[in-house]
Amino acid sequence: MHYIKYLLVGFLFGIVLTKSEAVSWYRIYEMFQFQSFHMYGIISVAIATGLIGLQIIKRNHIKAIDGNPIVIADKEKGSFRYWVGGLIFGLGWALVGACPGPIFILIGAGFWSVILILIGAMIGTFIYGLFKDKLPN
Amino acid sequence: MDVLTQTWPWYVSGFLIGIVMLLLNYFGKVFGMSSNLRTLCTIAGADKFADFFKFAWKAQRWNLAVLVGAMLGGFVAVHYMSNPSNVDINPKTIEQLATLGIDAPNGKLAPQVLFGNQIFESPKMILILLIGGILIGFGSRYAGGCTSGHAISGLSNLQIPSLKAVIGFFVGGLIMAHFLLPLIF
Repeated sequence: MHYIKYLLVGFLFGIVLTKSEAVSWYRIYEMFQFQSFHMYGIISVAIATGLIGLQIIKRNHIKAIDGNPIVIADKEKGSFRYWVGGLIFGLGWALVGACPGPIFILIGAGFWSVILILIGAMIGTFIYGLFKDKLPN
Repeated sequence: MDVLTQTWPWYVSGFLIGIVMLLLNYFGKVFGMSSNLRTLCTIAGADKFADFFKFAWKAQRWNLAVLVGAMLGGFVAVHYMSNPSNVDINPKTIEQLATLGIDAPNGKLAPQVLFGNQIFESPKMILILLIGGILIGFGSRYAGGCTSGHAISGLSNLQIPSLKAVIGFFVGGLIMAHFLLPLIF
């Protein structure tokens, strides 16, 4: 039962990403061609909603569902890994038009070819795990 | 029911994605989909090859539940909430895609050329999807997050590392969309 709330949040996420077409290869291509505001609007409003919500949580010391304070850890400091890791991610994002969330959503929707992207993404994660300590931060 | 089957406007969708993130925060978790790839690698046995995969993955089961929910959401949205007017992209984009030999949406979420089942007979297409996946998997772990973890969770929490990563995402995406895609297709 504990997991049902996560399942429901995921369900909402899957529907919203599909109905907003953020899972669509076409929308990602159109975004990178600057030929539509749609994706920029989605990302901006999501960030603005999150930003306002987090400020309300922090200022009112709203507690999590289990009664503990809501603490969101800061991202680790660094530069190289963010610029270069981000750039590599962006190349893949624009090539296959899907980021990790949409990969799963599309497979759920029955796009079997996307399983190949998932296999690739697991291989990529595995390669990172093998060479993690040799990569500059 | 048109409201549900038509393309959802960006302000409604963006707001709901923000709510998804905040709900997970309220449950004491942080929104980020790419961490699931690490968990799946560990479940598949990657912990025998690299220490990075030796972690308490069972504490991540909640995120796998989000993932399964998202897959169900995708199924319901495509099979019960779709409409031929969907994916109404810019006509200029469609023209541009035609010159690359990529079919127009006509209500479909993904081009047939790249995602139809006939691609399983094309080594080139199989390779493109695998390489795209490898770049996504490697890049998101190296950068410590993807669109959900950095662009949404990170930026809304005013994280400078996330801003660097998101700028990286867009630089990489622009290079691919403007210089590499025309060479590939």
